[in-house]
Amino acid sequence: MALTTMGGAGVTQEKIEQRHRLFNRICFGVLIAFALLWLVPLAWAVDTALKPNAETTRTTWLIDNPTFAAFQRVLDDTAILNWFGASLITATMTAVGTVITASLAAFALSRLRFRYRNLVFWIILAGIMIPGQVLIVPQFREMDALGLLNTYWAVSLPQIPTAIAIFIFKQFFDGLPRDLEEAARIDGAGWFRIYRQVVMPLARPAVAAVAIFTFVTSWNDLLWPLLVLTNPDLMTVPVGLATVQGAFGIRYADTMASAVLGAIPLVAVFLLFQRNIVEGIAGTGLKG
Amino acid sequence: MSIETVTPRARPAEVPGSPAPARPSHGRPAIGFLLPFAVLYLAFIIGPAVYGLVMSFFDASLVRSGLGSFAGFGNYAEALQDPDFWSSLWHTVWFTILTTPPLIVLAFVLALLADRVNRGRWFFRLAFFAPFILPSAVVALIWIFMYTPELGLIEAALAKIGITSPAWLGDPNWAMPSLALTTVWWTLGFNFILYLAGLQEIPRELYEASAIDGASPWQQIRRITIPMLGRTTTLVAVLQVIASLKVFDQMYLMTSGGPNFATRSILQYVYDQGFTNFRLGYAAAISMLFFLVVLAVSAVWFSLVRRQEKEV
Repeated sequence: MALTTMGGAGVTQEKIEQRHRLFNRICFGVLIAFALLWLVPLAWAVDTALKPNAETTRTTWLIDNPTFAAFQRVLDDTAILNWFGASLITATMTAVGTVITASLAAFALSRLRFRYRNLVFWIILAGIMIPGQVLIVPQFREMDALGLLNTYWAVSLPQIPTAIAIFIFKQFFDGLPRDLEEAARIDGAGWFRIYRQVVMPLARPAVAAVAIFTFVTSWNDLLWPLLVLTNPDLMTVPVGLATVQGAFGIRYADTMASAVLGAIPLVAVFLLFQRNIVEGIAGTGLKG
Repeated sequence: MSIETVTPRARPAEVPGSPAPARPSHGRPAIGFLLPFAVLYLAFIIGPAVYGLVMSFFDASLVRSGLGSFAGFGNYAEALQDPDFWSSLWHTVWFTILTTPPLIVLAFVLALLADRVNRGRWFFRLAFFAPFILPSAVVALIWIFMYTPELGLIEAALAKIGITSPAWLGDPNWAMPSLALTTVWWTLGFNFILYLAGLQEIPRELYEASAIDGASPWQQIRRITIPMLGRTTTLVAVLQVIASLKVFDQMYLMTSGGPNFATRSILQYVYDQGFTNFRLGYAAAISMLFFLVVLAVSAVWFSLVRRQEKEV
């Protein structure tokens, strides 16, 4: 890691600091430019949604008569509130199911001693290698056979067993101190009580990361709910919005209003849980 | 393969003559804790994986129950001679080639810049990461409008600097790059966050010490930052390649695989064969071939990681 000294004696400490300060200022400028560029499509969508449909033929940011009428029309003409409901139910079912099943399994893998523990762990980890998308054909057949097509169960159940969630919980449990649970053990507490009353309350950050990440992934999924939900009343937000493009045609204000409405719940989730989401990704990334 | 191998009577393997006292085994509670996950995992992942493999050897159809007649390797042989299979596989690879380098390099550069800036980090995180959290359908609605001829923002912006736009999504040559651009905008934030986290692991003293030694910012980046982010880059690259190979939403929503099937991805081909042409057996065989591709990428990743760990 030895760095060649640059400039030799001629460069004073002050000059070096100046150079670093200038460099940081350039960094800041470039970064601001990119960030603004990244926000343009979102701002453009909001801007267009506030126009009357007739004004969307002019490519300008200025609006003569800003109006919320497009939002009102989307709420009236589409089943978007039903789609919100469907997404909320399926994403919550998936998140709750994942947190419970994955944390239980991870607890066993982290705390209990049993034969073939490593084998079980490896079998679970191998599941990460199977992308859910390659299973859509047999999973669809299965849901059909179980009579679950056009139910929220069909959307949610295959998304619950995710190996990555177990991995995150196990990492977290492995890092927890064991004094408390050993004390509880001596007091005669069973394993399930230790899981529920000692370990899980300490694992809030892991629970938050897994729950939020699963919720967002499930909310955003398109391919699978598109296959198993054909009833318009049951559609999730992505599936419903996929039908909007054709329905609205050139009514661009309405189209953008539906996009903005479709974005709002997740933008809210993001603003509320920004730290958990970012830490969740960073955590899995570095250790995965 | 099954969890039942963990019998309640299981005892820890006792090494003869081992000085350690036999420790209690928790086989029975372990089954209880593992059961809910195991049931769902077997029912909805392992089961379908096996069923899909079996199905790929039969002429299963969406409109008939059961597996249909045995086809042997017929589905696989057909896929390997099917020009539509190869072209959709190529589209998927082409999309991966177009998206992976910018999504790695740009995310790295922006994270590097953000790491040097102390003010307003939340704003950059918001700007780059907010799109990632949106459903693909929202992204598609916005970007179809952005690409619309005559009315779209992109054409208007390019016209201002004197560039004539192609028919972005309507031109077979430009449709895929257009989808790639949308994807870079949409998913860059994920890699950006991974890189930011990687950068924060680098001890600040390294920078301070090198600055005292007179290192320029550029030297710091080349000699400290890039080498220390090697592992993060491997991770980002593999996650990115796998994510790009699994592309479906953007094509399905923005071009329906067109114009003239120029952007049909492999997953959309599975969808078309299975659920539009009702050929489930054939679709299952294509899925398996696609799985092999993903598996190969993962295998390359493992070998890279092992090599990196040996070097450390």
